[in-house]
Amino acid sequence: MNDLWAGLAEALRLVLRLDPDLVEITLRSLQVTLTATAIAALIGLPLGAWLSVNRFRARRMVIALLNALMGLPPVVVGLIVYILLSRAGPFGVLGLLFTPTAMIVAQVIIITPIVASIAHQAIRDLWSEYHDLLISLHTTRAQRIKALLWDSRRALLTAALAGFGRAIGEVGAIMIVGGNIDHATRVLTTAIALETGKGNFALALGLGFVLIALAIAVNLALHMLTRTERSSQW
Amino acid sequence: MTPRNLLLSMAAFALTATFAQAETMKMAVTTSFANSGLADVILPEIAADTGIEVQLLIVGTGQALKLGEQGDVDAVLVHSRAAEEAFVDGGYGIHRREIMYNDFVIIGPNDDPAASGAADAATSALAAIASVEADFVSRGDDSGTHKMELRLWKSAGVDLEGDWYKAVGQGMGAALNTAAGMNAYILSDRASWLNFGNKGDLAIVFEGDPVLFNQYAYLPVNPELHAHVRNDLAQTLEGWLTSDRAAELINGYEIAGQQLFVFNAQPE
Amino acid sequence: MVASILPLSLDGVVLRKRGKHILGPVSLELGATGCTILLGPNGSGKTSLLRVMHGLERVREGRVGWAVPLEQARRKQAFVFQTPIVMRRSIVDCIAYPLLLDGQSRVAARAQAADMADRIGLHGDLTRPAFVLSGGEKQKMALARALVRAPELLFLDEPSANLDGRSTREIEAILHALKADGTRIVMSTHNVGQARRLADDVLFLNEGKIVESADTTTFFNHPATPEAQAHLKGDLIP
Repeated sequence: MNDLWAGLAEALRLVLRLDPDLVEITLRSLQVTLTATAIAALIGLPLGAWLSVNRFRARRMVIALLNALMGLPPVVVGLIVYILLSRAGPFGVLGLLFTPTAMIVAQVIIITPIVASIAHQAIRDLWSEYHDLLISLHTTRAQRIKALLWDSRRALLTAALAGFGRAIGEVGAIMIVGGNIDHATRVLTTAIALETGKGNFALALGLGFVLIALAIAVNLALHMLTRTERSSQW
Repeated sequence: MTPRNLLLSMAAFALTATFAQAETMKMAVTTSFANSGLADVILPEIAADTGIEVQLLIVGTGQALKLGEQGDVDAVLVHSRAAEEAFVDGGYGIHRREIMYNDFVIIGPNDDPAASGAADAATSALAAIASVEADFVSRGDDSGTHKMELRLWKSAGVDLEGDWYKAVGQGMGAALNTAAGMNAYILSDRASWLNFGNKGDLAIVFEGDPVLFNQYAYLPVNPELHAHVRNDLAQTLEGWLTSDRAAELINGYEIAGQQLFVFNAQPE
Repeated sequence: MVASILPLSLDGVVLRKRGKHILGPVSLELGATGCTILLGPNGSGKTSLLRVMHGLERVREGRVGWAVPLEQARRKQAFVFQTPIVMRRSIVDCIAYPLLLDGQSRVAARAQAADMADRIGLHGDLTRPAFVLSGGEKQKMALARALVRAPELLFLDEPSANLDGRSTREIEAILHALKADGTRIVMSTHNVGQARRLADDVLFLNEGKIVESADTTTFFNHPATPEAQAHLKGDLIP
């Protein structure tokens, strides 16, 4: 129990004096995860919509596969991305290993299924509502996807935030492909793993509390921003 | 810190992040070495003296050598002679250069239920632990530490069957955490132990046997195999690591008044 | 002068869903003018017939043919559903949506939509989200949306079935005005009084088939079939 209080105290101490190392790894955590979330949203949201409005033979299988991919073990993804990006591997020439870019790649792979799956569920519900109207109005597939995406934007924000939440706390994949290099690829989660491994529980917990606060802050900020919309409730 | 200052420091961070790619090299090192804290002392000195920013990838010995094989790092610093020689023989490394050594110690519960402290050799100490089947945590990860441990068990003629022997497959710090949590025995390098922050009820129960010697060696990755590695920087670093300056820093590094490493690099 | 999409002809159309027979065989021809009411008890296939005509159901047996190619015909018709489909947008954006699909600018579309809302009798702040409207207002909004592209033919599926008396009167008033304007209307209802008020001709359905087809005077004064007679008297059809 002492450790928990010590952790809280450590967190406050780090934040209040704006410890430069803390600021650095926090910014990097945000950089990696926000970028990964944005990319995952760009891929996953339209994919979710497309799967809702399209009818093709393998559709049910693709949706089942997408749902299953939500359970992809991050550390396995990390290992596979490492093998691909390794110098000895097919994409080695890109020199991406042990850079934040590699971490972004791994996280995009991990969270896109989540974003797409939640988006698909929300849009499928809306599509069944709009179905007759959109067909009656003789809309093209692109027009349908556009209308569904826009009208379900709140649910889509939830999907993106779900992806963000998964990514910000992820450590297995980015440890392998990022290498947790000090001042280069160290982020909050890998730093926590490192300090835990050293037995520095108070510091590790402190970083942990900072991470939690960060995740909450991002969620709150996004919800506040979207509420300033003047037009509709959604 | 005002918002403007925060913005400026973010910009500075972004800039330095790109600028830092000037003279950087990647070196894979073991968790034992990193946890000792020596890296935090010598890395800034290396940067100041040679202009090289050494980026450390802290992994187990096996993974470190694998990274070297793949050409994902420019040099490797580990402590597992047999594996190192295989690395060089396989053509992945140019040579192995001994830099320094520290020693292993046997850690265990304060009251030492296996009476391993009374043993006259490391092997007997371990045999004592096995005979009472006291909980023992092993690195279990093919690291230098793990290989040393297995050599000792073999010499002691102990069969590693039974619930008392727990192979966790983790780095030194994580394994120490587990041992502290279970109040178990564990083989650790002295440096990691002294620097470890969660000792609990554990203490050093056996030390001093010369067989517990732990030699660290530096292995530059072979540029003929991987043309992109910064062999130039690796050579410069090797020069530094075997210099008088390095000797001074390494020998002078202490935790709780104890010297951890002994510099023993030979001139070429 | 743009070619009329009518007459619409159905030839031997049969609709089956999941193996169950819903409608048909149905053959009919819809002329270019007037208000046709589809009348019949619940489950007689009125909704299905409307949906087939509008292209919301695909038929594997029989033909649905317009006077112009299908692509053209689809643009000049609109459908009002029994339960209005309300998009998650503001009232004016809901009404303007078909115009945006046509590529109009948002500003122009909204202006036109606001004008249509006014003519329909939908008042108040149009920037409110559409879901705050009452049932009757939602249906008026749906009607405004259907009319905003000036369709030649308007389908309505029991538009006032879920509405109260006042809303029903308002909807019927709008339909009367549309009739006077020359809009072709095809509407289903199970309310005999409403049919009487609005019909120029009647298609009476029972159990998925057109049982009787006549102009309004003939149908209501001298219904030919026992099913129609029973329904008009308010009895259940045996």
